[in-house]
Amino acid sequence: MATAAEWYGRRSDTVLRVTSGVFLVISAFLASAVEGIEALTIVLASGVARGWRSSLTGVAAALVVLAAIVAALGPALTVIPINALRLVVGGLLLTFGLQWLRKAILRASGFKSTKDEDAAYAEHVAEAETAGRVERHGVDWYGFTLSFKGVLLEGLEVAFIVLTFGSAQGSIPLAALGAGVAIVLVAALGFAVRAPLAKISENTIKFVVGVLLTTFGIFWSTEGAGGSWPGDDAAIFGVLAFVLALSFGLVAILKRRKREMLVTAGARA
Amino acid sequence: MKYVVAFGRFWWNFIVGDDWLAAVGIILGIAATAGIATSGIATWWVMPLVVLIVLVVSLRRATAAG
Repeated sequence: MATAAEWYGRRSDTVLRVTSGVFLVISAFLASAVEGIEALTIVLASGVARGWRSSLTGVAAALVVLAAIVAALGPALTVIPINALRLVVGGLLLTFGLQWLRKAILRASGFKSTKDEDAAYAEHVAEAETAGRVERHGVDWYGFTLSFKGVLLEGLEVAFIVLTFGSAQGSIPLAALGAGVAIVLVAALGFAVRAPLAKISENTIKFVVGVLLTTFGIFWSTEGAGGSWPGDDAAIFGVLAFVLALSFGLVAILKRRKREMLVTAGARA
Repeated sequence: MKYVVAFGRFWWNFIVGDDWLAAVGIILGIAATAGIATSGIATWWVMPLVVLIVLVVSLRRATAAG
């Protein structure tokens, strides 16, 4: 018969495991959705300007290469000692997270223009339409390469996040589930509207992913380097609150600064 | 040689990105955490502090020109 303390201990362990599992799925889902939207823009531009056969062949080839990378790296990651893994993964997630967060803060405060998928799409189509045509085995080489590079480069980031995040959290399948649902959803939406998904606020998603990656990066890199957290896994919520407060605080400060700069520039003019 | 440079540039952009300061700050922060942890002192505050400094300095550099 378990004591009340043991029962509450087990219950809070389960709650923490479920919560970090939910974080894992959400992070993989959102990161994959953002990269999926970017890849979709390139694939659509390639398909419209150079033909769907070349574009979709490029997508298929990139997916094969990505699958090979995941199949090779996935099992290798699971044999690395957990602390060494968390140290490296924590460091990498922090570099990714800070890159995403930095850009999202700059965009939210008006210091960087918000990414416009419609404009990016028009730019890709214009470029693709002017390129010369070289056909090999009935496939237009430019259209194939454009799609292949787009899907491979955006997909690599997704694969990296899924593998590292999943292995450090002890569940690659859960991370893969989040990523898979996002990719299917983005592909289905793209197929349905046959246009870039410009209405989805990429900056908001990047902000959320940046916050989550930075939170887990701080937590795991500290544990991997031999440190420990007060309250163990529950400290993740404290770190999350800290990263959120810091990010919103910096957005507010930069917004005010941008306003002051505009007023000064207006007064000079 | 061209491919080696392109390969190196890809990984640099992939991991380091727009501002090398973040990567350097994280490496120094992890090293500091590992160093302090061996002396038995609590280290949970190091990485949050590093993130705060890196973000503030990096954003300051990015917005300096307006």
